[in-house]
Amino acid sequence: MTVHSQGAVTSAPQDAPPKSPGRPEAPAPATGASHTPPRGGRKSLPSGWLPYLLVAPAVLALATLLLYPLIKNVILSLQDINKVEFIQRKYPFAGLDNYTELLGDSAFWTVVVRSFAFTLANVALIMVLGSLIGILLNKLGKKMRLALSMALVMAWAMPIVASVQVFRWLFDEQFGVMNWVMRTAGFSGYDQHNWMETGLSTMVIVTILVVWGSIPFVALNMYAGLTTVGAELYEAARMDGANGWQTFWKIVFPNLKPFFLITTFLEVIWVFKAFTQVYAMNKGGPDRGSEILPVFAYVEGQSQAHYGLAAAISVLTIVILVIVMSFYFRLILKQEEEQ
Amino acid sequence: MSTSTTTAPKPAAPHRPAQQLRTRRPVRPAAVAKNLGALLLALVFVFPVYWMFSSALKPADQMLTKDPVFVFTPTLDNFGKATGVENFWTYVTNSVLVTVGAVALALLVALAASFAIARMRFKGRKGLVLTVMMAQMAPWEVMVIAMYMIARDGELLNSLPLLTAIYFVMILPFTIWTLRGFIAAVPVTLEEAAQIDGCTRGQAFRKVIFPLLAPGLMSTSLFGFITAWNEFAMVLILNKDKTAQTLPLWLTEFMSAFGNDWGATMAASSLFAVPVLLIFIFLQRKAVGGMTAGAVKG
Repeated sequence: MTVHSQGAVTSAPQDAPPKSPGRPEAPAPATGASHTPPRGGRKSLPSGWLPYLLVAPAVLALATLLLYPLIKNVILSLQDINKVEFIQRKYPFAGLDNYTELLGDSAFWTVVVRSFAFTLANVALIMVLGSLIGILLNKLGKKMRLALSMALVMAWAMPIVASVQVFRWLFDEQFGVMNWVMRTAGFSGYDQHNWMETGLSTMVIVTILVVWGSIPFVALNMYAGLTTVGAELYEAARMDGANGWQTFWKIVFPNLKPFFLITTFLEVIWVFKAFTQVYAMNKGGPDRGSEILPVFAYVEGQSQAHYGLAAAISVLTIVILVIVMSFYFRLILKQEEEQ
Repeated sequence: MSTSTTTAPKPAAPHRPAQQLRTRRPVRPAAVAKNLGALLLALVFVFPVYWMFSSALKPADQMLTKDPVFVFTPTLDNFGKATGVENFWTYVTNSVLVTVGAVALALLVALAASFAIARMRFKGRKGLVLTVMMAQMAPWEVMVIAMYMIARDGELLNSLPLLTAIYFVMILPFTIWTLRGFIAAVPVTLEEAAQIDGCTRGQAFRKVIFPLLAPGLMSTSLFGFITAWNEFAMVLILNKDKTAQTLPLWLTEFMSAFGNDWGATMAASSLFAVPVLLIFIFLQRKAVGGMTAGAVKG
């Protein structure tokens, strides 16, 4: 999925420079891990002010546009800001009022449950189907594999805002292809079926969109991972009479366990904050019935003018994300140490 | 933090012989099912993309039909309608300005920072690496309210420079992280040799490291480009003024502005998606390799 897609690489320490065919003098990246630069070695390091000067702009930028908004978010969540205060630009301190209001509000809990269910359903579908397609890719012949990978890359590359429009068109009430497909398949009641009639049905469409867009990342990486598992292992398993299921759990899964864990956490993080897909699809509607936490915060802030409350929702959402991320970072750091 | 140099796994090199054996066997039902399944899957994944382009090229009278028309004479009418919207060129200019500005800034700032991280030792280096790593996962979509209040109180709503700055910080951590890897992979000895030959440190960087980094800079900036190009949540909340909006907003507000003109909407979607699709096809091998380099037990 596409905003995803950058995240794809984001997550991984990318240490290999791409090959530069036209540049024979370039050091071959494949020569192995031998040239780890000698840290602290010899004359390459005039420590002193230079490194600080070099990192200063980056640190400054992160501090003003990432750290400060995060802090501001917490401050806002402790203030009482509704329409009047917003216009007057006076934000009285409200203590934990926003949080107590939120935690006592059943609408909030509905959104929390919906967000978790949405995340769970999406990630489960993405991981299971993505892995299966990855395994299939590994078993295909060359031409078929190329065809399927190209199709996957297309879905992966589609910008989310564009694919949302396409899905709205596919599932259009009057002239959408999906109604035609259902009619052709022999189902009745799909003459002018409104696919986004309820919050739940809208969530289903969003799920199809998210899963469609996220599978390629998992499948292609799964395939790339499988090719590193060494054919002799499969061969040995087959000699020992293992079936496909056993081969997966005894050979593939243990070898690719870090991949599965890291990908699962990444998907959880991505799906949990899938603002664009949900909002662009139906603005969280109908009747606010498809809002997940980030959309809930946006609507509370922008349409309802409850800025303090919206900030509190954001803080709680970020806390949940940070908990998930802490697991993710522990995995990544372990990975780095092992290498 | 170790900087092992792992290259993308060469797909299937080890088990090519096994594959050839397999394909030479007589056709089995299992193999047919496998290929049929793959074909079906390929169709499912490509269909929305195909449908976008096909609807964009479809004449208006064959668009709104109960049963979809699959064969038709393509027309460019829809593209004319999509680009004929008021302010269209403003959106394009804004998108390009913001995206290119953010990527250029990110490259410049990241190049300096990643050089320090990869090649120098200083206090707080490890903390900085961790910060960069975490900043990559910053939940920007969840921070829109705070950003809105900051912008409002600073009289910076509808400001393209602020949007550029935000996108710059969005792609900065990833850019630092990637460039750090690329720089670390250039042997220090090359740099030292240049210095022995009389280069200053700055010259060594410009004449030795920089040219070797060019491909890395290229792919890194393209990923940054995609992120900024596709960004939706921030521009949605910050820039309500049409003249300060970018293409993603043009696209999502198209339907309400245009009634039920799906043809024009699909033409707009196609125009927006094509640059990204092209870049992606160019980059995909790196994306896959990059992930597995870190995530698979070697």
